Amino acid sequence: MTLQHYLDESVERFPERTAVREADGASVTYGELGALSDRLRDRLASMGVSPGDRVGIYLRKSIDAVAAIFGVLKTGAAYVPVDPSAPPSRNGYIFANCSVKVAITEKRFEEGLRKHLAAEGAGDTPLLVIGEAGGGAGLHAALDAVAAAPRVATIHTDADALAYILYTSGSTGKPKGVMLTQRNATSFVDWCSETFAPVPEDVFSSHAPFHFDLSILDIYTPLKHGATLALVPEDVGKDPQKLARLIRDARITVWYSTPSILSLLVQYGKLEDFDLSHIRTILFAGEVFPIVHLKALHARLPHPRYFNLYGPTETNVCTFYELPSTIPVERADPFPIGVVCSHLEAVVVDEEGNEVGKGERGELCIRGASVTPGYWNLPEQAAKAYLTTGVGKSAAASSERWYKTGDVVTEEPGGVYVYAGRKDRMVKKRGYRVELGEIESCLYRHPNVREAAVVAIPDDELGLKVRAHVATRDGARISVIALKGFCAQHLPVYMIPDVFSFHPELPKTSTEKTDYQTLLKME
Amino acid sequence: MERQDIVDTVKKFILEQFLPGEDPDELTTDTPLMTTGILDSLATLKLVTFLEQEFDITVEAHEADAANLNTLDLIADLVDGKL
Repeated sequence: MTLQHYLDESVERFPERTAVREADGASVTYGELGALSDRLRDRLASMGVSPGDRVGIYLRKSIDAVAAIFGVLKTGAAYVPVDPSAPPSRNGYIFANCSVKVAITEKRFEEGLRKHLAAEGAGDTPLLVIGEAGGGAGLHAALDAVAAAPRVATIHTDADALAYILYTSGSTGKPKGVMLTQRNATSFVDWCSETFAPVPEDVFSSHAPFHFDLSILDIYTPLKHGATLALVPEDVGKDPQKLARLIRDARITVWYSTPSILSLLVQYGKLEDFDLSHIRTILFAGEVFPIVHLKALHARLPHPRYFNLYGPTETNVCTFYELPSTIPVERADPFPIGVVCSHLEAVVVDEEGNEVGKGERGELCIRGASVTPGYWNLPEQAAKAYLTTGVGKSAAASSERWYKTGDVVTEEPGGVYVYAGRKDRMVKKRGYRVELGEIESCLYRHPNVREAAVVAIPDDELGLKVRAHVATRDGARISVIALKGFCAQHLPVYMIPDVFSFHPELPKTSTEKTDYQTLLKME
Repeated sequence: MERQDIVDTVKKFILEQFLPGEDPDELTTDTPLMTTGILDSLATLKLVTFLEQEFDITVEAHEADAANLNTLDLIADLVDGKL
């Protein structure tokens, strides 16, 4: 079974049902989505794309982008989606890094992309440029503009073939590509089928951008079951009142996003003005949901089932917890990350890799069908992140890989895991993985920055705030406006520090390393 | 109210709320605010609330985006058009 099988089967069973709908009302049926992605498959094949290749997707979230994903998969290649709002330098780096065979983009991104591909030594990468993504019309027009490509068959690769690569923040200052196979994706989507029992009448939200791993549940779960995918545009996604209206108008039944957007929705969305009784399930993942906002949401919308989903991109969702139907008002702790999903196994280990007892702290490690094979072209980082030797008492099954999540947990009665914190310097900001080291690397590129250290501090409103401590070469403070503008040239907006502090020099430990413990407490 | 008064009022609010300690001269009428993270989504909501109260206007949900709020110039245009 492949991801492209899911679409083929729904095209066969539900050709007239709506597959994808955009916020302005444009939509496609399964039959139309199948046909459009077939045409793109043929075009890509004629451009030389074949199984084992990568194809970049640099498009606004749209019907065109969904068709592009399936068009790529049907050639047997893997798709590499990037953030259309990120700096073109970052996207050019990503496409060059995994040497995409073709990149699909929009007219407005073409110039920036060409420039940065050339700067990365990949200036000869063929581009498939569509005028403007939206409603599928842009992709149709781009395919109509040239003579029809010869029809080729859809290729169903084997389960270990790459399906897509998702680039996340990398600690070395460059994004790193998490490679995901067909098996990784389908084992997860099949778990979603089993757990959330989708029906063709469902409408799933697509809030997360396509380069973010929440999009895997969003896209493939409804399309496997003949349900509808309701795309939430980036600008609506950040605006609580627009979002509440969209949820109502699209009659969304299954919602999935990070907790931060649900927090904004309950605080600023004026939910009392909207009838949202059609929502049957609310899923959230990506960060801890501050309990005060979760209680407020649950009080406002008490009827849906709520699930806390947990998992890094390297495993997708690996544990889940269904909230009780009533939440005690006195509850002050976040909910657990829950029990391990049925297609995976979990173990909690100490620093030496030995399994710890129940109730003791240790690092959560995951094994099974959705554990990814590693990072694109970074075998050394993969060797650190995955264990191939036996872990704990499961040593007998050491032929399989364990992913070390870097998350510290305890196991409570009933096999329920409780999240206790991170081992390393990665944080989650609005659900995005942010390597604090990558922000530091960016700051060090500024000509007047002598020292930079970035820390994450808890924040009542945002959940978490990123503060950059900076010492300048000339001792004077740099304009925050200028620094934020500088960061915006190199980093996506969610990685730009919220607050800057300037110091003559940064505190050091006795071994002359940056003293992050002290910096955490400094203003 | 003169357009310059709107710019000055909004500039003072943004400097106090979101850019404490910043040199006021650095914040010009075409400094990008949303695309550089000076105004994140929560700060944008706070700005909209301020505009509504300070100028006694209503900012529609669809207007609260970078097309209308990314610079002081754009914000002044939006407010001016509603007075």
